[in-house]
Amino acid sequence: MTDALKLTELSKSFPVGKPLFGKPKAIVRAVRPVSLRVETGETLGIVGESGCGKSTLARMLVGLLPASTGSIEIEGEAQDTTDPAAFGRRIQYVFQDPISSLNPRKTIRQIIEAPLKLLHGMGRAERDTRLREILAAVNLREDFLTRYPHEFSGGQAQRIGIARALAANARILILDEPVSALDVSVQAQVLNLLADLKAELGLTYLFISHDLAVVEAVSDRVAVLYFGAVVEIGRAGDIFRQPRHPYTRLLADSAPVVGRPLRPPEGRETELPDPLNPPPGCSFAARCPYATDLCRTTEPPLTPMGETQLAACHHPITR
Amino acid sequence: MRLFAGLLARNRLALVGAVVLAAVAVLALLVPVLPVRAPNVTDTAARYLRPLSEGHLLGTDHLGRDLLSRLLWGTRLSLAVGFAAAVIAAVIGAALGIVAGYFGGRTDNLIMRGVDMLMAFPYILLALAIVAALGPGLLNALIAVAAVNVPFFARNIRGITVGIANREFVDAARLAGMGHWRIIWSEILPNVVPVIVIAMSTTIGWMILETAGLSFLGLGSQPPQADLGSMLGEARAALITAPHTSVVPGVMILIIVMSINLLGDGVRDALDPRLRSGALSRPMAATRVARDTVPEPQGDGILTLQALETQFHVGGRVYRAVNKVSLSVHPGECLGIIGESGSGKSVTALSVMGLVASPPGVITGGAARYRGDDLIGAPYETLRSLRGDRIAYIFQDPLATLHPLYRVGDQLAEAIRVHHPLGRAEAWARAVALLHSVRIPNPESRAKAYPHEMSGGMRQRVGIAMALANDPDVIIADEPTTALDVTVQAQILSLLDELRRARGLAIIFITHDFGVVAQLCDRVAVMYAGRIVEEGPTGVLLESPAHPYTRRLIDCVPELGAGRRRLAAIPGLPPAVDQLPPGCAFAPRCGRKQPACEAGEIGLEGSGARRVRCLYPEVEEP
Repeated sequence: MTDALKLTELSKSFPVGKPLFGKPKAIVRAVRPVSLRVETGETLGIVGESGCGKSTLARMLVGLLPASTGSIEIEGEAQDTTDPAAFGRRIQYVFQDPISSLNPRKTIRQIIEAPLKLLHGMGRAERDTRLREILAAVNLREDFLTRYPHEFSGGQAQRIGIARALAANARILILDEPVSALDVSVQAQVLNLLADLKAELGLTYLFISHDLAVVEAVSDRVAVLYFGAVVEIGRAGDIFRQPRHPYTRLLADSAPVVGRPLRPPEGRETELPDPLNPPPGCSFAARCPYATDLCRTTEPPLTPMGETQLAACHHPITR
Repeated sequence: MRLFAGLLARNRLALVGAVVLAAVAVLALLVPVLPVRAPNVTDTAARYLRPLSEGHLLGTDHLGRDLLSRLLWGTRLSLAVGFAAAVIAAVIGAALGIVAGYFGGRTDNLIMRGVDMLMAFPYILLALAIVAALGPGLLNALIAVAAVNVPFFARNIRGITVGIANREFVDAARLAGMGHWRIIWSEILPNVVPVIVIAMSTTIGWMILETAGLSFLGLGSQPPQADLGSMLGEARAALITAPHTSVVPGVMILIIVMSINLLGDGVRDALDPRLRSGALSRPMAATRVARDTVPEPQGDGILTLQALETQFHVGGRVYRAVNKVSLSVHPGECLGIIGESGSGKSVTALSVMGLVASPPGVITGGAARYRGDDLIGAPYETLRSLRGDRIAYIFQDPLATLHPLYRVGDQLAEAIRVHHPLGRAEAWARAVALLHSVRIPNPESRAKAYPHEMSGGMRQRVGIAMALANDPDVIIADEPTTALDVTVQAQILSLLDELRRARGLAIIFITHDFGVVAQLCDRVAVMYAGRIVEEGPTGVLLESPAHPYTRRLIDCVPELGAGRRRLAAIPGLPPAVDQLPPGCAFAPRCGRKQPACEAGEIGLEGSGARRVRCLYPEVEEP
């Protein structure tokens, strides 16, 4: 299988307090060097809590943010944003907030038509046929075309967002928390729609979410991000059933589940490390029950554990 | 557009302004065809004729020229110049502002520092300097007035553009293949235009005044051409002997500027989204109550809701957000209210203490009794003394509920001192103790922190500490963990659980998450479209849900450990609460629907704590 996406040592740093001229006061590393590959036709889930860098990673992939170091390969070719039309036909993005990602002053037709016009240069008649196909694919009625975004519920608006991404006819979709703003009953509608589209059109997904159960339900493989770095990656079925990294285990244990008694999953402070002053060694060490001096001084590399799983931990959980 | 016209017409003063301005504008436009004398014909024999003289309705000036004619021609010129200056200033200023706001960084810095420099000069001095450099003349005065007003527009529009340029739909446009200029033209500009119109409508009067000022000083229109400013300037010498020569143009300036300002304020109010939907009136301190009957006290809960009804009345429509909700909670008990967005769970909670914004909220029926006393319709003073003292709230977003400019310790101390006569130091000590009790490490130093210096989990702890400040009997928690990460959520939940057991607190916990309910709550009520559709002890309800909605909603929740799969979904959407169907609101989405379901009202039936609002429940004996 070829790789739809291949990230090599990709990282992003943001300068803080940059004056008009001269050097910034400090640098925040939002994404520390990350290497990942997503196979064609695969869904790779990315899980992590707020501030772990998952959205920054996604925005780099679609060219909304330039990477600080490292490289991105899309379908075997280096990411090239010089021609926005060619780039937009390769990879598209579905946003978290369905309402704010739609321009309030444009009709749904104008919103979905933009990629058809600009990326594919379609004529009027051609556009109309394609619009009809796309709307049918996301289960929206055609009379929605003349309406404005504020007339729609969250679930409908998210389907419009997906329709816009489909209109570009890209084979790779980056889904950035596509259902976290939706109610559960609607969330399932959208997730099932995404699954159908993938099967029908042979798409590749990078699915970002903070909800472990959702990620597990839609992904082939899952990568767990903590403090800007991948701490564990493996098959969706295995990674939460048999986590190797203590952070993955903490995440899995924290999700409220019907039938599990309430207890605090950890006694210590749950603060993330200070991004302006990152600790040496493992960034999870301060919260980790298994941490030793080695963890506090040396950063663990991502090493294979088991057949398909990799974890960045000096003292992985073995069961 | 029709909405805009309607809102504008509702504002009487704006309407008056519009009518007056339209009349003046029509007169000015029609001057060339009106039967008035030529404005520049002098007749020194008929100098300073008083108004209402033969042939000169408004009299004549120092050269015997007809004042009516000069006034009309002058108005025409002044309006044209003022309007042109406003348009020029708006176009240039908005262009600068949009470019600076959109591109940001160094472009922004350079443009805005230039604009700042322009602003550093006193207003009229700058205009004078520009005219002095270009030479007197109406066109140069126009340029000066426009230039002086560019910074106002540039700064205003830049601020708006920065906000819009960071919105997701701009990113989406970029991914749809749009270049910078196309994004500016088709995504940014349409969202900025209302602001430009607002800014123009409020400044155009000012610009007419400035042009008149320059002409008054002899730097604008040159003799014999009349505009309102030069007419005033020429009349100055005869201010005492022939006051009408000054009064006539003066009154016209007053009329024009007044009508433009009235209209401008109206336009601003109608276009400003924050002032839409009749929100021009201030919300009341407590929700408006309009109920016919008060139910008899019932039950022994510390807080009991009886058939509570809250509606929103918006422009002729009635949204039944809370529809006859009855609940009760006992000390040490945690009652969960679960439902999707729009189900009325938050409005139920806010209605208890009269916190629903009025207008448009109205409590139209039922009662909320705290220890037997009805809170609905209670005097504001009673509500105020109970709010935060006996009944406290925890909200979803602690960043929005904490004041950003005060230290959290001060805010906690204030919450205590409102209800208890404590000294400053004593209250501070208690605040620190509270922070300690919600497990904030180093409470002494954390009390001195500002809300933005804390993480989301820490802030929510402060929110809980705030709710605990006066040792309340009831805490109403409205999605307190929804904005938090799972690891933090687990800690907040166990903290709340511990607190209610230790202090005998009654908690009403509002959420959309079954996992959270299962872990924390003793009893659950499920809400759909403003009504409770099912209630019962948590374990039983989750184990064997009786209402089809509850069962299908539980099926929708993905659970960890079940592997890759298709998720269950409920087709369709909840009904809008202003168009509720007769009978069961869930019927259109329900697989077990029978004709009887849509025939009429269905009661909440059952025995003991277990009740369900369904004719054909999933389990026989609920």
